[in-house]
Amino acid sequence: MAGGGGDGQLRLLGFWPSPFVHRVSLALRLKGLSYENVEEDLGNKSELLLASNPVHKKIPVLLHGGRPVCESMLIVEYLDDAFPGAGQAVLPADPYDRAAARFWAAYIDNKFFPALIKALMGTTEEEKAAATADTFVALETLEGALAERSGGEGFFAGDAPGFVDVALGGFVGWLSAWDKVTGVKLLDAGRTPLLAAWAERFASLDAAKSAIPDVDRIAEFAKALQARSAAAAAASD
Amino acid sequence: MAGEKKGLVLLDYWVSPFGQRCRIGLAEKGLEYEYSEQELLGDRSELLLRSNPVHKAVPVLLHDGRPVCESLLILHYLDEAFPNSPPLLPADPYARAQARFWAAYSDKVYEVGTRLWKLRGEEQARARDDMVEVLGNLDGELGDKAFFAGEAFGFVDLAVAPFTPWLPSYGRYGGFSVEREWPRLAAWARRCAGRESVAKSLQPPEKVDEYINVLKKHCGIND
Repeated sequence: MAGGGGDGQLRLLGFWPSPFVHRVSLALRLKGLSYENVEEDLGNKSELLLASNPVHKKIPVLLHGGRPVCESMLIVEYLDDAFPGAGQAVLPADPYDRAAARFWAAYIDNKFFPALIKALMGTTEEEKAAATADTFVALETLEGALAERSGGEGFFAGDAPGFVDVALGGFVGWLSAWDKVTGVKLLDAGRTPLLAAWAERFASLDAAKSAIPDVDRIAEFAKALQARSAAAAAASD
Repeated sequence: MAGEKKGLVLLDYWVSPFGQRCRIGLAEKGLEYEYSEQELLGDRSELLLRSNPVHKAVPVLLHDGRPVCESLLILHYLDEAFPNSPPLLPADPYARAQARFWAAYSDKVYEVGTRLWKLRGEEQARARDDMVEVLGNLDGELGDKAFFAGEAFGFVDLAVAPFTPWLPSYGRYGGFSVEREWPRLAAWARRCAGRESVAKSLQPPEKVDEYINVLKKHCGIND
């Protein structure tokens, strides 16, 4: 069903700063699928969200003909499976390459993201510093993965963005905003040259320009989040 | 790759539920493979370190020498690389998405279970609450069906079954009885245990409990 979703079939329950939501928007745009954005207030989650994701109560949730699919990268895989004719496949065709792509997406979720969130929201300076170090280790590992997987081309998937590009691409807004918020430059051409170049290349894709919010808005949001977290930590001392 | 061993090799550890998922999958698909027991408490082998440099963990499937890591990814790989063998995942895209969701969710049983036997006091109590939530969610998803997807044994059953021999131990540490709290899940576990591929892959609960004691000693936990 190429271009499907225009009849209100696809709805994305999201929250504008979430990198996980950005991943899904990116995939939808790369595949040329139209959808309706439903902005959730995470402080006051809708009945629809709670009913659609009763286990985690989290965004993003994709509703396809009213049926919910949860977890950002599972949603991306679902889009490939459910809309095989639409735009480009996000996952490659070869089974081994698919396994490698899923592996690195899982690494981003299980190693990179937890370090990143702690680097921003850690309760002590020591915790934040340790988490920042962990984030750099994860980025250096991803630099190696990019060198290995890209075959000298511009994206993790080769000459066009694919699964891992989307998995990490959801974070490009945050990665750009990071030094405005913390003073630390995460994507440093000196440390991870391939990744720094990749981020610029990815951010200039049409899909990224429309899916990723303005970096200054994200920076403002991140600062507010950090302030709230610090206040909560201080209050509980 | 010249000189690389042809065929399938599974780097695994006898009691690993993640490795067992792969063993069940290989058996369900009727695929021949070499089982290679790895050292996890002592030094890891060169082969394991080379095959999974990022996580240094089992299971790893080597196919003609090329490594595939992470149990659920290995299962996907088996379906995709061996399309002429019985599929582990359903064909329908929505059913696949649901199967993936619940299989991934079930990883929490082991994650939370580990906190349950390792931690004490308030942290253990929190782990207990989390385990009750996870098992409740799995029980809710199973409902009154024979298996997670309905009448037939499928991907989610395969993913969750290896955790069942750990449940009696978790129940002891957490002060709950799976049989009493979630009888449908308990019945489902017995149903899965009757399946040959599962029976051949799983360890009995007594051995699992013994192993938890070994891990406790290894971590310096003495109670």
